[in-house]
Amino acid sequence: MHLLRHAFFETQNRSRVELTPSEQILQKKPRILIIGIGNAYRGDDAVGFVVAQRLKEQTLDYVSVLEKSGDGVALMESWKNADTVILVDAVYSDIKPGTLHRFDAHAQPIPVKFFCYSTHAFSVAEAIELSRTLNQLPPHLIVYGIEGKCFEAGAGLSPEVEDAARTVVKYIQHDIYSIDPFPGCISSDSL
Amino acid sequence: MKSKTIKVDYLARVEGEGSLYVKIKDNSVVDVKLKIFEPPRFFEAFLHGRTFSEAPDIAARICGICPIAYQMSAIHAMEDAFGVKVDGQLRALRRLIYCGEWIESHALHIYMLHAPDFLGYADVVQMAKDYPEIVKRGLQLKKTGNEIVALLGGREIHPINVRVGGFYKVPTRRELDPLAERLKWARDAALETTRWVATLPFPEFEYDYEFVALYHPDEYPFNEGRLVSNKGLNISVNKYDEYFIEEHMPHSNALHSVLKERGAYLVGPLARYNLNFERLSPLAQEAAHSAGLSSVCYNPFQSIIIRSVETLYACDEALRIINQYEKPETSSVPVEPHAATGYGCTEAPRGILFHRYRVDDKGIILDAKIVPPTAQNQKSIENDLWQFIPKHLNLSHEELTLKCEQVIRNYDPCISCATHFLKLKIDRE
Repeated sequence: MHLLRHAFFETQNRSRVELTPSEQILQKKPRILIIGIGNAYRGDDAVGFVVAQRLKEQTLDYVSVLEKSGDGVALMESWKNADTVILVDAVYSDIKPGTLHRFDAHAQPIPVKFFCYSTHAFSVAEAIELSRTLNQLPPHLIVYGIEGKCFEAGAGLSPEVEDAARTVVKYIQHDIYSIDPFPGCISSDSL
Repeated sequence: MKSKTIKVDYLARVEGEGSLYVKIKDNSVVDVKLKIFEPPRFFEAFLHGRTFSEAPDIAARICGICPIAYQMSAIHAMEDAFGVKVDGQLRALRRLIYCGEWIESHALHIYMLHAPDFLGYADVVQMAKDYPEIVKRGLQLKKTGNEIVALLGGREIHPINVRVGGFYKVPTRRELDPLAERLKWARDAALETTRWVATLPFPEFEYDYEFVALYHPDEYPFNEGRLVSNKGLNISVNKYDEYFIEEHMPHSNALHSVLKERGAYLVGPLARYNLNFERLSPLAQEAAHSAGLSSVCYNPFQSIIIRSVETLYACDEALRIINQYEKPETSSVPVEPHAATGYGCTEAPRGILFHRYRVDDKGIILDAKIVPPTAQNQKSIENDLWQFIPKHLNLSHEELTLKCEQVIRNYDPCISCATHFLKLKIDRE
């Protein structure tokens, strides 16, 4: 019994590693990380935050939810200890507002121009592609892009985007339940 | 008659959005228009009717790239209005958080946005295939800056711990110690960065700029100082409106800032360096000289070296502050609002950021004025293009377009303070 519970002895001189706040969150709940990306003051660009806030109220103990501005380097730091990462951001590709895009980062490159409404020059798509080049992609990375309509400073969410936000919350809940919290078993496309 | 248009509809590797239109006729440049839009105007209106204590956090939302600069200019303007003086360790902590913002902002621009131009890559993702270790160093350096901002600001993006009069909570000495360890690594990495960027190929290009920066007799400027230039300007911050005006340009939603009766001026690393070289730390001065710079630099392409020198300085200064830190007894000094007008100007990574607020006797904001550094550099960017393009008309359309983008990126324009897209068009007739 002792060997089962304490199979490994603690090393005496284990060096102390300081963790960033996001790392601390991940260390406690390292399984699934949901990141809502956006800017609360730029109309439909707030949709990533809206989705994140709704998911925060109902997620499981192995799921962490963060809100980020879209700074690519900070994103790479956030997800480096996670097994599965689900990103939600507003996109613009000049099609019907509220349209949902879903990308599996391991299956395809992320189109940079979709995320051009980020105020960051090094943003979501660049962070994913740089992580891929440096072999630092999380084992599973799903990106939801919600087609925005209005990105003006001070505007609220468009009705079409508000509807899409509700749908994405359901899809992500489905993703979460489809993903086995134990390593190695994940449904790659659960829609 | 031959005419050519260079148009970039979406300019990559700048923060935010805008567009550039260049028209060339008979091998002469006949039109250059940098178009940007300006959210600060929205925020100026949004601040109206809010209390003075809300200004720093609202202003910080203008820019996700340099929120500390917006907070600092706002708090200094409010403290100027109410006659509040913050000094000692609280003042030092403000410099420390500013060091964090400079490190993260400069590291991002040097490695992720600007270096690919010099090495001939479309972007950092392509560059990372050949230089993975260098890119990882840049990421790690930026992370060190993020950690300073996160610790003192409460969180990395849109920090919330800064207030008029000081901070909501100040760190213990013990909390700062781990940062010092990381900063020692970062200082070495910044020194390596300076050596590395000095080897990049720089186009021959100089311009007789009027450089404008803060000047403080005892320190390289972050939060305080007089506004000075290399052409005789020397004023206190509250005289800003008497010497600078904002002109509305029909082609851009952003206002062009100019010095009255003198025109364009340049703010940012080049200006700070040229006006404050003597107040860099000995290590930073030595690194600049080793990189081939004298104490003045007129080539905007070499701003990448100066950003590296400033990153080194920020690491050095942050370590000095942490080494001398003792937790202050109070986290802020009392602030009593009264009807007044206050002025604040601090050195954002991209240059001076001016704020002016008029408040009533209860501290309610009656009006606000915010002038971001990119709006101030807009005219200098256009001037650079007017000078640069005629000397490079032999380049192909694609090469010339890329060079024009590089000229703009020399300024690390943070157009998210000003707009969303940057589009670029060059017309040749």
